[in-house]
Amino acid sequence: MKEYIIRLVYVEMLGHDASFGYIHAVKMIHDDSLLVKRTGYLAVTLFLNEDHDLIILIVNTIQKDLKSDNYLVVCAALNAVCKLINEETIPAVLPQIVELLAHPKEAVRKKAIMALHRFYQKSPSSVSHLVSNFRKRLCDNDPGVMGATLCPLFDLITNDVNSYKDLVISFVSILKQVAERRLPKAYDYHQMPAPFIQIKLLKILALLGSSDKQASENMYTVVGDIFRKCDSSSNIGNAVLYECICCVSSIYPNPKLLESAADAISRFLKSDSHNLKYMGIDALGRLIKISPEIAEQHQLAVIDCLEDPDDTLKRKTFELLYKMTKSTNVEVIVDRMIDYMNSINDNHYKTEIASRCVELAEQFAPSNQWFIQTMNKVFEHAGDLVNIKVAHNLMRLIAEGFGEDDDTADSQLRSSAVESYLHILGEPKLPSVFLQVICWVLGEYGTADGKYSASYITGKLCDVAEAYSNDETVKAYAVTALMKIYAFEIAAGRKVDMLPECHSLMEEFLASHSTDLQQRAYELQAVIGLDAHAVESILPSDASCEDIEVDKALSFLNDYIQEAIEKGAQPYIPESERTGMLNISNFRNQDHHEASSHGLRFEAYELPKQTVQARIPPASLASTELVPVPEPMYPRESYQTTTVPSVSSDAASTELKLRLDGVQKRWGRQTHFPSTSTSNSTSLKTVNGITQVDGSNTANSRTRETYDSRKQVEISPEKQKLAASLFGGPSKTEKKSATGHKSSKPSSHMVKSHAPKSSMEVASEKTSVQQPPDLLDFGEPTVKSTAPSLDPFKDLEGLLEPTTQVSSAVNHSSTAAVTKSPDIMGLYTETTAGAHHKDSDILSGLSNPPMTNMVGGTTTMQVAQSSKGPNLKDSLEKDALVRQMGVTPSSQNPNLFKDILG
Amino acid sequence: MIKAVMVMNTQGKSRLAKFYEYLSVEKQQELIRGVFSVLCSRAENVSNFIDAESIFGQDSRLVYKHFATLYFVFVFDSSENELAVLDLIQDVLPSVFVETLDKCFQNVCELDIVFNYSKIHTILDEMVFGGQVVETSSSEIMKAVEEISKLEAASNAISLIPKSASGWRSR
Repeated sequence: MKEYIIRLVYVEMLGHDASFGYIHAVKMIHDDSLLVKRTGYLAVTLFLNEDHDLIILIVNTIQKDLKSDNYLVVCAALNAVCKLINEETIPAVLPQIVELLAHPKEAVRKKAIMALHRFYQKSPSSVSHLVSNFRKRLCDNDPGVMGATLCPLFDLITNDVNSYKDLVISFVSILKQVAERRLPKAYDYHQMPAPFIQIKLLKILALLGSSDKQASENMYTVVGDIFRKCDSSSNIGNAVLYECICCVSSIYPNPKLLESAADAISRFLKSDSHNLKYMGIDALGRLIKISPEIAEQHQLAVIDCLEDPDDTLKRKTFELLYKMTKSTNVEVIVDRMIDYMNSINDNHYKTEIASRCVELAEQFAPSNQWFIQTMNKVFEHAGDLVNIKVAHNLMRLIAEGFGEDDDTADSQLRSSAVESYLHILGEPKLPSVFLQVICWVLGEYGTADGKYSASYITGKLCDVAEAYSNDETVKAYAVTALMKIYAFEIAAGRKVDMLPECHSLMEEFLASHSTDLQQRAYELQAVIGLDAHAVESILPSDASCEDIEVDKALSFLNDYIQEAIEKGAQPYIPESERTGMLNISNFRNQDHHEASSHGLRFEAYELPKQTVQARIPPASLASTELVPVPEPMYPRESYQTTTVPSVSSDAASTELKLRLDGVQKRWGRQTHFPSTSTSNSTSLKTVNGITQVDGSNTANSRTRETYDSRKQVEISPEKQKLAASLFGGPSKTEKKSATGHKSSKPSSHMVKSHAPKSSMEVASEKTSVQQPPDLLDFGEPTVKSTAPSLDPFKDLEGLLEPTTQVSSAVNHSSTAAVTKSPDIMGLYTETTAGAHHKDSDILSGLSNPPMTNMVGGTTTMQVAQSSKGPNLKDSLEKDALVRQMGVTPSSQNPNLFKDILG
Repeated sequence: MIKAVMVMNTQGKSRLAKFYEYLSVEKQQELIRGVFSVLCSRAENVSNFIDAESIFGQDSRLVYKHFATLYFVFVFDSSENELAVLDLIQDVLPSVFVETLDKCFQNVCELDIVFNYSKIHTILDEMVFGGQVVETSSSEIMKAVEEISKLEAASNAISLIPKSASGWRSR
């Protein structure tokens, strides 16, 4: 039987149905034989889940087995408890498990703790009174039990840091003891004392010490100790090191620890193992939040990882880049991201990277033009994966410009957008969201600058509507765009002649099944029939940004009502009065329920006190509205999500406000959303004499104001910076070093430093040849090392003259060249690195850079240049050189720095 | 916590699969296939870590190790350390397997896992309990496993006769 059950488990693992045998597994756990029982438990834990019907048959056996004398039986039962006991059956076994916490066998104690941990995960309330047990078990004699206790404590601390601050001292002392090898030898592992316990403890300390200076101070010594003691040759040692870095980056920063963390990271990044590189990149991403400057020394390593064939590493690197994006390097990073996005097929990751691109572009866009182009690229390649909100944002941006006063810039932006879209429309297949944007922009601004005739644009729009005939949203957008173009034409007093294909399209739409399309087509027909004056008031040109007033009280119907009442109609009684005893919110709610479900109600009846609560949310909501929404681009969305719970708890008045809010915003920005008409009507209906409406409106407009002003502030410095650096696409290695210098660099120097770039292969050589004089002028402490290096340079130059290529020079059979060239490069990088650092030092110290600084500026440029040169080529020798360059500066930097600073 | 442990061969047949959260059989198979398709597309000499969010959902990573014809895969969330888990796979697990199966690990092949299926499960249960790594010292695991098999054998020997006798009597 035992063999059969095991076969059955195996069969199920291979994906076949084995449910017929479940009952036999259940029977087996009742058996007296230990072997059979254990097999039964194994099978049961693999077969069943906690909600399976057969569980009822098991609970009793588990209870009995937990009291067994044989600890193996207890262990097997505990194993099953972890997997099979659900919330309702926890009380049945809980007392026994608590007893087992004091079991003489440490294996049982360990498992009992884990079972309690599992209960805590399933329903925290069921074991809340037992939390103190975890603390007690922390002092267990057996290190294994202590280590196991760290798991539940980690969870508990994650959920509530503050109530465990008192344990910091004990954790630190445990960690100290572990690090000092006080544990039994059995826990040593690759000469590391209990590394897994160390890792867990470091994780816990990281949680406890985050933004708590006092707690962090207790940890500094022990973490520093571990940094020193860790043996970085073994895998597990590196795991502990990595955990130390995580801990250091999370607790209150300590310069000394940060330094050793940076050292560890550079060791990770320099290693050949991809695993370690991965950890290094990850650690760098963590540390960069505290000390952004450490990324500079690792630029080359990061770039290497970006080029790496390993996908995981690449993704991690993109994550890092995402974290270190600034306005100065956003173009390079987003370009890289888009390139990568095009190269992968994984939809999940594509979505993620697309949304990141959009986020970065929105946050740091250096210019509108660039933003639109970037968005075009994102839409083109991942259009269907992008959130529709992004498209709306793009439309709004084109409509509003960047909130500048300069109208010509805006219109330029629009015409460039129109042009790019007309160009893109030539592509065979475009995502729906992108087409919507295109249609909208063409409709709004297609004819605005007079470059394209109305018939050309309308022809294009008709093409779109025909080509994507199964996408109704796109068609609706296209029709509306057509309507706008014709309206503008009529308003401008020009004669409108519809294209034949447009006519046929309209006829098709007039008979369409979709009421939305039909309505739009009829509207178009009606608009075309009107005279210029009327059309202008319906669809004024370039008015998409103007707020549209919504007469919520329907005052224009007053006359009609008056008339009706005079004729003897009943006056309107507000709903609240009609229902008498029920207040508004209740009635609304009931009404809603009746409308939605005539039959059974599946949701629980609300508690009576909730009607009282319903009064409270509106006030608090109004206040949240006034607070600037953290995410500038989606004020509406975030607002909506926060209020959803209160809406469901029958707060009708908040729901009302919410809807109005949405309507207002939509109408404010855009006139042509398919949904506006419906949401508008509902809001009109629900308004009836509620005064809060005005309040919400003003709050709403206020948030919009703050939002706009913030956006202006955000953009302007970036623009200035970009203007200051006329210099086009910054080279990829320059990314970091350029941030400080760009704005202060005089243009003449830029031209000078730019020159080597055009001469392709020789670039690195040339720069290095002109390098030494610069440095000598500079008069910095490493003159000695540069002076001898002059001769080798000449030598090298002599060698190079016939070939003028580094790679070939290195390949050259003369051994002198081979042995020398690395030396030269080493010296060279040393000196330039010195220059580079001095330069940045001066820059940070003085706001007005002196003459020498300009020289420094060029040298740094050349560093970037020369390091870029080899990087672009694939030849191995060059790669090696680059790597060496990447290695030497980081190790040399600190010393040079000290020299300079004295 | 650890979400799943899998062992599969290079043809994508799973040899051991243990999920620490209940999943239906179909879902398990789907995940195993997903993991395999990712694994077999990976080149040699790349890192052993994979971002598994597209297969297992939010916050999940995957660490794997390739031995002979087998992939050993651990899936876990951010509360574990990748390198540590990798060590678990490439040092602890093999050494335990080697000692348990009384062979050199180079020769431990798929069939050994198939034939010692319950034993492998026992080892895994000693190591990972309820999704948490509880024991990492291979000697401790060995001790526990040996003790279990000794007791099991003993109880089996005792219960064998009365069991069969009673079975015979009831017939």
